[in-house]
Amino acid sequence: MIRLLVLFLVLALPAQAEKIVLGLSQDQVSITATFNGSEILIFGAVKRETPIPEAETLGVIISVAGPDTPVTVRRKDRRLGIWINTDAVEVDAAPSFYAVATSGPMKDVLRDVEDLRHRVTIPRVIRSVGAAIDDSPLFSQALVRIRAGEGLYQVLEGAVDLEQETLFRTSISLPSNLTEGDYAARIFLTRDGQVIDEYVTIIPVQKVGLEQWLYSLAHENALLYGLMSLAIAIAAGWGASAAFGLLRR
Amino acid sequence: MQIYLPIAEVSVNAFLLLGIGGIVGILSGLFGVGGGFLITPLLFFIGIPPAVAVATSTNQIVASSVSALFAHLKRKTVDMVMGTVLLIGGLIGSALGIVVFNYLRSLGQVDLLVQLCYVIFLGVIGALMFVESLNAIRKSRRPGGARPQRRKHHWVHNLPFKMKFRVSGLYISVIPPVMVGVAVGVLAAIMGVGGGFIMVPAMIYLLGMPTKVVIGTSLFQISFVTAFTTMLHAVTNQTVDIVLAVMLLVGGVIGAQFGTRMGVKMKAEQLRILLALLVLLVCGKLAIDLLVRPTELYSIGAS
Repeated sequence: MIRLLVLFLVLALPAQAEKIVLGLSQDQVSITATFNGSEILIFGAVKRETPIPEAETLGVIISVAGPDTPVTVRRKDRRLGIWINTDAVEVDAAPSFYAVATSGPMKDVLRDVEDLRHRVTIPRVIRSVGAAIDDSPLFSQALVRIRAGEGLYQVLEGAVDLEQETLFRTSISLPSNLTEGDYAARIFLTRDGQVIDEYVTIIPVQKVGLEQWLYSLAHENALLYGLMSLAIAIAAGWGASAAFGLLRR
Repeated sequence: MQIYLPIAEVSVNAFLLLGIGGIVGILSGLFGVGGGFLITPLLFFIGIPPAVAVATSTNQIVASSVSALFAHLKRKTVDMVMGTVLLIGGLIGSALGIVVFNYLRSLGQVDLLVQLCYVIFLGVIGALMFVESLNAIRKSRRPGGARPQRRKHHWVHNLPFKMKFRVSGLYISVIPPVMVGVAVGVLAAIMGVGGGFIMVPAMIYLLGMPTKVVIGTSLFQISFVTAFTTMLHAVTNQTVDIVLAVMLLVGGVIGAQFGTRMGVKMKAEQLRILLALLVLLVCGKLAIDLLVRPTELYSIGAS
C-alpha cells in the first residue's frame, strides 16, 4: 500500500512541476458604437524544469465565462388553442457567456471528478437547485440549446492547438450581444484527465464612450435620460418638417 | 454596417433600421397613420427585446406625431379643449397600462399580452376598414346612391357633465371622450402604438366630431400621451433605446416625405383598402405565431 503511494507520488511529482505561462491578445474588450463581436486570442506555454513525461497525455482546457446571472426559463404549452408560457424554472446562476475549448476530446482531457470539482463543462457551470417541476433538466438543456444557438455557449473540442506538448493557442470569438462585466478566462493543464495546474485571469468587458455614457445615464438618471429622448424626438420631428418644408419651396 | 444598441444590448445592421424606419415612414405618409402598429412587430422580428421595442417605438411616435401636429396647428385644425379632455383620459390609461405591462412582465406573459392585443385590434380594425372601403368603392361606381344618415342623437348625448367644445361645435358629456382617452392610453403603453387607428373612428362615430378637426386633435392627444408613456418606460424599466429611436427617426422622416407624394396620386378608397390589407397581413402573421406550434417551446427571461 505504502509502496503504491510512493509510486504515485513519484509519478505525480514531475507532473506538478508543469506550470502555465499565459498571454492574451487583448486584456480587455471595449463595446463601442460599431461593436460587432470580438475575437480573443489566448496563448501560452507549459513551463517545466523536468523532461516531458512520456506516459501520460497532456491536455489543455481553456474556458471563458461571462458574469453569472439568475435567469427564468419558460416553456410554452397549448392553452385554448394558443401557445402561451405555462411552466417556468428559475435557474439560480448561469453565465451570460461560456466558451470552453480543449486540445482533444473532452472525455480524454478531463475526468468527471475533475469536471465536478472545477466546473468546466457547460452543464456543470449552470447552477439550478430547488426546481419545483419534475422535468427541470429539460429546462436547463433548453437554456444551453438556446444560448448555443445565439453563439453565447460554445463547446470547441479540439480547438486548442498544442505543439510539442509545450505551446498552446486558441481563439475564442465573442458575439455582438455580449453582457458587460468581468469575464474569467481559466486555463487548465491536465495529465490523463487530472488537473495539474490552473490559471485564472480576468478580462473586463465594458461599454466605452457614447455607449457607456448613454447606458449609465439611462440607469442612474432615468428622468434626465427620458427627457433627453423626448427632446431629441421632438426636435427631430419639428426639424424634419421644417427642413422638408424649406426644400419643397 | 453594424451598430451596437446600448440599451437593447444587441448589435444590428444600421441600414436595416433605416429601412424599417423608411418603410413605416412611407406608410405613415401614404395613409396618415403613426405606424407604431408596424414598427413594434418589425422590431420583434429582427430580435429587439419586446420591452425595448415597445418603449422605443413610443418615443419614435412622439417624433412623427409632433411633426404632423405642427402642420395641423398652422392650419388651426386642432380642438385644444377636446384634446385636453382626451389627454386627461390618456394619461390615466397610460399609467394603468404601464402597471399592467410591468405586472405581466414579472409573470412572463408580456409577449402574449402584446401579441393578443395586436391580433385582436388589428383583426377587428382591418376587417372593418376592408368592408367599409369595399362598400365605398361599390357606391362610387353606382352614382346617385343614398348616403346613410348618421344618427345625431344617441346615448352619448344623454350623459351628465356636459361641456362645450367650440372648435368641434359639440355640446356633449366629458365621460365618452375621457373613456376613449383611457382606452387609447392603455393601448399606447401595452402595444407601443399611438392609438390613432382606434381614436379616429371613435371620435367620428362615437363623439360625432367633424372630420376636419379629428386628425389634428388625435395627434395632439397622441403627442402628449406617447411622451408621457416614454417617460414612464424610461423611469420604471430603463427600456428606451435612444440610438435605436434615432435610427428609426431618420429613416421615418425621409420615408414620410416619399409616402405623402405617392399618396397624392392615389384614390382614397384604394388607399384605405391597401391599408386594410396591410393591417390584416400583420394580424395574420402574429396570429399564426400564436396558433402554430413554435419550433422552440422554451424561452429565456431575466428573473
